[in-house]
Amino acid sequence: MKKVIEASTAVALGVKLCNPAVIPMYPITPQTHIVERLADYINDGLLKSEMIHVESEHSAISAALGSEATGVRTFTATASQGLALMHEILFVVAGMRLPVVMAVANRALSAPINIWNDQQDSISERDTGWIQLYVESAQEALDTIIQAYKIAENRKVLLPVMVCLDGFTLSHVYEPVDIPEKKDVDKFLPKYNPLFKLNPEKPVTMGPIGFPNTYMEFRKATHEAMLNAIDIIKNANNDFKKSFNRSYGNGLIETYKINDAEYAVATMGTACSTTRIVVDELRKQGKKVGLIKIKSFRPFPKQEIISCCQNIKGIAVIDRNISLGNEGALLTEFKSAFYNQNKKPIINGFIAGLGGRDITPDHIKTAFKKIETSNNSEWLL
Amino acid sequence: MTKPKISVGAVIEEPGSTIKNKTGGWRSFRPVIDQKKCIKCGTCWKFCPDNAIKKNKKGEFEINYDYCKGCGICAKECPVKAIKMVKEEK
Repeated sequence: MKKVIEASTAVALGVKLCNPAVIPMYPITPQTHIVERLADYINDGLLKSEMIHVESEHSAISAALGSEATGVRTFTATASQGLALMHEILFVVAGMRLPVVMAVANRALSAPINIWNDQQDSISERDTGWIQLYVESAQEALDTIIQAYKIAENRKVLLPVMVCLDGFTLSHVYEPVDIPEKKDVDKFLPKYNPLFKLNPEKPVTMGPIGFPNTYMEFRKATHEAMLNAIDIIKNANNDFKKSFNRSYGNGLIETYKINDAEYAVATMGTACSTTRIVVDELRKQGKKVGLIKIKSFRPFPKQEIISCCQNIKGIAVIDRNISLGNEGALLTEFKSAFYNQNKKPIINGFIAGLGGRDITPDHIKTAFKKIETSNNSEWLL
Repeated sequence: MTKPKISVGAVIEEPGSTIKNKTGGWRSFRPVIDQKKCIKCGTCWKFCPDNAIKKNKKGEFEINYDYCKGCGICAKECPVKAIKMVKEEK
């Protein structure tokens, strides 16, 4: 069924189709519409989830942890300061290998206070052990929520997933969305069967101390689960294509007109859509350009990026975040991916679209123009 | 320390396993009960955060030094000051 809906509604519908048993929720702009829609569904009897009103995001993620530990599917959503407040517990959820799925409506961090879009919030949670998938459209947001549970709950992964969508720029945008049928989603996403759960009949201890003689082994196991996710994300994307006839590149990255391209822009989220338009325009002028959209920031698909860039002379990485004192986070990742390669493209970075500043076609044209001349992180103000 | 089995997410499937980790070695002061002063009120038993105080058959409170970490709460709470914290020496 095709409908014109807000991307936040698309996320909520995706969640509804996955039937989480528990949804702890705390509102924060620009995420609020997601939990509002879910509250509506529960109120209208369309969704049987238990909604928990909590007093902060720290509590929301803690409640999600507890719920998931009892062996049931759980969802929550947040943004910006809310995600920052969750920081401590994000590590705990990942370390306890609890496959919570959370939507993040990407927003800038204070100060100065700013409610608008950039990706600093989720980028700053890079090392928490959460899989991070960045989406570009309302359709991709809905589809990725469904895939996120499939990835997270896979026994080779068992890690939480953040589905990141640009605040306002996507979260509040209305687009036509094909809403999958419940019976097809049920076929794609089997009932959650937890490896361990809190059960008084068969008690287990969760979250114990890890002494120096085991802590590193647990961290290594979690890292390996994250690496396993590379294949599992690809599989989820392929299976999704078989069931719903839609896919997003290979699930990890998506390219546009890259095969004969000499220069490419690499970025994440809604800026990819703008880049596609610029690519088409520059192609009409005979310029061999393309787009590399990074969907999976964690795990970072190094190998996939290297393979698609064999004939690329230069890459402009556009970051909607900044690691103050160094450069954009995606730029660092790109340079690191190619460091040990014999053949490597010129890689330069651009900081754009912070705190709700639009990333315009002109910004992207500037990035293409300056691929070979720019000096590391240039600001597209 | 022996290397325990690495489970997914550090889940311990066998209940009551904390008993295997004797934590008395963490102690730098040991609580010593003066049974003559003790009025057997059970305050120390109630407050011990490690469940390391037990009542024996004679009705006396005893400290299990395998698990007592020497936090001193029992000594602080004892209403008749019957518990002294004595420095551990090798």
